Amino acid sequence: MPDDSNFRAEIDAGQGVLRLSGDCRAADLGSLEAALASWQRGGAQVLDLTASGEFEIGAAWLLKQSFLVASAGGVAPEIVGTVPTHFDYLEELLAAEDPSHHVTPPPPPRRWLPRFGHALEERFDSWYQALIYGGKLILTAGVAWRTLKRLRIASVVRHAYETGYQAVPVVAVIAFLISVISAYIGAQQLRPYGAEIFTVDLVALGVLRELGVLLTAIMVAGRTGSAFAAEIGVMRLNDEIDALESMGVSPYEVLVLPRVLGLVIALPLLTIVADFMGLLGGGLLARYLIDLPWPQFFARLDEAIGPTTFWAGMVKAPVFGVLIALTGTFRGLQVRGSSRELGRLTTVAVVQSIFLVIFADAVFAIFFLEIDF
Amino acid sequence: MAAASPVIRVRDIVNRFGAQTVHDGVSFDVHAGEVFGIVGGSGSGKSVLLKTLLGLRRPDAGTVELEGRDITAMSDSELRRVKRRYGVTFQHGALFSSLTVAENIILPVVESLQLAESTLQSLAELRLRMVGLPVETGSKYPAQLSGGMVKRTALARALALDPALLFLDEPTAGLDPIAAAAFDDLVLYLRRTLGLTVVMVTHDLDTLARTCDRVAVLVDRQVIVDTLAGIVRNDHPWIREYFHGARGRVIGDDGDGGAARGA
Repeated sequence: MPDDSNFRAEIDAGQGVLRLSGDCRAADLGSLEAALASWQRGGAQVLDLTASGEFEIGAAWLLKQSFLVASAGGVAPEIVGTVPTHFDYLEELLAAEDPSHHVTPPPPPRRWLPRFGHALEERFDSWYQALIYGGKLILTAGVAWRTLKRLRIASVVRHAYETGYQAVPVVAVIAFLISVISAYIGAQQLRPYGAEIFTVDLVALGVLRELGVLLTAIMVAGRTGSAFAAEIGVMRLNDEIDALESMGVSPYEVLVLPRVLGLVIALPLLTIVADFMGLLGGGLLARYLIDLPWPQFFARLDEAIGPTTFWAGMVKAPVFGVLIALTGTFRGLQVRGSSRELGRLTTVAVVQSIFLVIFADAVFAIFFLEIDF
Repeated sequence: MAAASPVIRVRDIVNRFGAQTVHDGVSFDVHAGEVFGIVGGSGSGKSVLLKTLLGLRRPDAGTVELEGRDITAMSDSELRRVKRRYGVTFQHGALFSSLTVAENIILPVVESLQLAESTLQSLAELRLRMVGLPVETGSKYPAQLSGGMVKRTALARALALDPALLFLDEPTAGLDPIAAAAFDDLVLYLRRTLGLTVVMVTHDLDTLARTCDRVAVLVDRQVIVDTLAGIVRNDHPWIREYFHGARGRVIGDDGDGGAARGA
């Protein structure tokens, strides 16, 4: 059996002699490799195979290669005994014309300037593709708007349910905890000035204008953006996208648009949940840390929030929803060929959608400042 | 191992899924150096039988002996050692899409032995040459290969540890007739030069006729084993339909000739 190997390799370093005995199988490749390496170093003059048995083809190949390397200097090593039976077959393989030499050699590595230019070109191309993607989607949405059947209500509702309703617990808990943490820190900072009451202002404005919607969007980007990219990417790998297109069905219409619309519905609703939980967290903390009774909390809350405070957070939600859904589906459709590509593009989808959400939030902040919203 | 004893000895295999019995007493031998074909209709349990032979599924009853050792009663570590003695190709290639062709081919070697990078490259080159692929294919990714090249790469990977036994699942499915014939030739050539024993599941009648010495037909939860010529003359209605039906006439005309060539 192959388990108990009888393969032995002996090196006579002085005369450059390699003596192999026994059968050489796949499991013996390691010791064969080591023996051949030291034989090469020691001059490689004589190969003694008198006591050798059967060589499996992989082992015979390594022996043959090593023999050829040793012969390349001009003098072939002397072989004592019979060569492995597979040598004939290996000669045949080596003699067969290898079509390799018709191929062009790989291009030389670029210097830094062309490399920079190339990277820039790729980046512009990526933006251009994204622009085309957005354009196609607007066209599809335009068509779908006119005929309600094309809008695929059932699919939209399903995505709103999966991305919205099922995300309620995690969004609620995160919003509650973050709000408690920020209220706690705020209360501590304000206490020396005797202004703890303004903790309510801090929580109300923070949660309603920024934290509620931003936290929700980031959670959804991680949860749903990745799901969109992976789902559509696997469909791409299975040729399902091509199958849809071959039936004359637009993947934008059946895959992308329902996801975008579903998230545009779900994200504002989730934001309301996050806002509520955030205020609840702030209220509880105010009640038990700075002993603010509920009626006073609500009175302060009423003063703190203006008519636009809630809406300043809320109008951002659909925009974030569109950004997350577009990035996820766009990257999903870009998957080509391999499972590694799928993983890479799913990561890209999450990272980019989070980046876009925060970037858009910054733009909103400046805009609201300018129009005094 | 003695030359006379069969490489694979299957005795009274029973496979059940719930109330449904797929195999009920399947027995056959595969001898050293032969190409053994397995055919059967969809749902007749070809894949289950193959998985049982590979030790990926333990049968509900019966024994499978590979090289005289019963794999149905083995510990997992023993089974792992036995698995190094055979190579498998899967119907759709099952190449790892994130590895290059060369990395795919030497994966079994990398996983079981510690060898230098240059040795591994050299071994990858050997396997590529053995299956008739250009050496520079090694740096490509599976997604860049044609169907025929995928099958050849899968075969190269199956050969990586110099197995004595080769399992091929639908080796020519999805190939054009020219590529399929070339693949048949390759299998026959490797069988002749390396003395491999080959077990293949196939629906390709041309492949059956060209390559298989003996054929096992899975019908009625049992197996009928004979030379192709013998199987073609069998009276079982499903076998008659298979070999003499609308798509069987090619082999029906020269079935004897094909089998004689294989024998």
